[in-house]
Amino acid sequence: MIDEIFRAEYGRAVSVLTRLLGDIDLAEEAVQDAFTTAAQLWPVRGVPPAPAGWIITTARNRAIDRLRRESRGREKLAEAALLQRGPDAEEVQDVPDDRLRMIFTCCHPSLALQAQVALTLKLLGGLTTAEIARAFLVPEPTMAQRIVRAKGKIRAARIPYRVPRDADLPDRLKAVLAVVYLIFNEGYLGKQSLEAEAIRLGRVLAQLMPDEPEVWGLLALMLLVASRREARLRDGEIVLLADQDRSRWNAEMVAEGQDVVRRCLRWNRPGPYQLQAAINAVHSDPPTDWHQVVALYDQLMAIAPSPVVALHRAVAVAETRGPAQALREVDALDLDRYHLFHAVRADLLSRLGEDPTAALEAALERAEHPAERDLLRRRLRLAAADQQNRAGEHDQDQHDPHPGRDASG
Amino acid sequence: MTQQISPKYLLSIYQPDGEAPPPEVLDPIMANLAALNEEMQAKGAWVFAVGLHPPSTATVLKAKDDDVLMTDGPFTEGKEHIGGFTIIQAADLDEALEWGRRLAKVLDPLSVEVRPIAFG
Repeated sequence: MIDEIFRAEYGRAVSVLTRLLGDIDLAEEAVQDAFTTAAQLWPVRGVPPAPAGWIITTARNRAIDRLRRESRGREKLAEAALLQRGPDAEEVQDVPDDRLRMIFTCCHPSLALQAQVALTLKLLGGLTTAEIARAFLVPEPTMAQRIVRAKGKIRAARIPYRVPRDADLPDRLKAVLAVVYLIFNEGYLGKQSLEAEAIRLGRVLAQLMPDEPEVWGLLALMLLVASRREARLRDGEIVLLADQDRSRWNAEMVAEGQDVVRRCLRWNRPGPYQLQAAINAVHSDPPTDWHQVVALYDQLMAIAPSPVVALHRAVAVAETRGPAQALREVDALDLDRYHLFHAVRADLLSRLGEDPTAALEAALERAEHPAERDLLRRRLRLAAADQQNRAGEHDQDQHDPHPGRDASG
Repeated sequence: MTQQISPKYLLSIYQPDGEAPPPEVLDPIMANLAALNEEMQAKGAWVFAVGLHPPSTATVLKAKDDDVLMTDGPFTEGKEHIGGFTIIQAADLDEALEWGRRLAKVLDPLSVEVRPIAFG
């Protein structure tokens, strides 16, 4: 119970306290104090009617107690900040801006991306350093050092605790969305908790910045991709979109994702996340309308062109104009280092009746994730069997019956 | 806002060792730099700014036992060294970075490092 409230309210409480105390470390200490007190009181007296408000008020009082007891330099400063403001009343309310301030501070472009991710999970997600370290397969002391260093930079360099002015907002928001999407993608084939955490952060952002279509676009994208999680992995093995058991898709997430996509369409202010969400919404409504997918990728190429987007587009082109055309487009891309480039080539080659073995081996050499490597090994075995059959039966027409695959699975 | 509580930042300019660019390249840059310095002064951000002689003119000292060792040349090896710096005061890092951005544009393609000053 307290754990749930902790995860749900930690970010809000630390954000409010950071504004009051002017220091993130002090805010974290105070909020942790308050939760320790809650762990003692609540089982006896019951959970208060507004647990979040209780935590924030208690944390504030704890901070004042602590400041009165101790007299280290930085705390004197914070005390000054705290006492300048009047008591209780409005200050301990959750000003919606507080978490926004915190998000923009955590995702400040002067911090390394890894540091932005770690701070966001710690300060807004309420994850412990140990949890973050485990999620990113980094030793805990390394992660602890990363967080301490980032907080040290925030304090010493005075990274401001505020929402950027309008002129800077588009760029700064892009950085925030990139951090949340990175957290989501870390969870894509691995930790479900990270995927869920990214969606939770996405919901917070949508609630705090309801007029930013890309915020909703990212939320919809994450919901739609995550809706297929159960179907995407079978015993740790990747199942491609076309082969997935659709009854295992999460219908609620599909519905919510599609709903948000429709809302974004009405805004008519498309951006990369909204378009990717729209593509996934099409996939979530089988049978996939590949012409629509190609059209959406065309839009995506127009506003955010990249070889990776072109590769995904080619996968859809294979369905509308055939594998030969798709292969021509794929071969024109400079993506030799990317495993999916070779995996897509392999698929197109086998659909054209050619031997995909070399392409699959190239993909396997470059793939890092165990589940992706397993998938490639399975396809290599199938390709070998296929070649044997061919040699035996002289059957030139036996194609891989596997219909379209989408790398976004 | 008083000078005492306004944070200060060191804007270091890193430039490649070797010959300075010819006057037709350098002169407009120096004119732009002077204009930026004036604007910093007008806005109350400017504290101090210097340009340095080449790193080959530097001498490094290090205490060892009772002695102080002396080495000819700059402390760090490498092909780029600090060629000058500006000290500014700013409300926060965003404001300092904005001045740093302006400086980097004037001095393109040189890098500018923005670093908070702890005391002094």
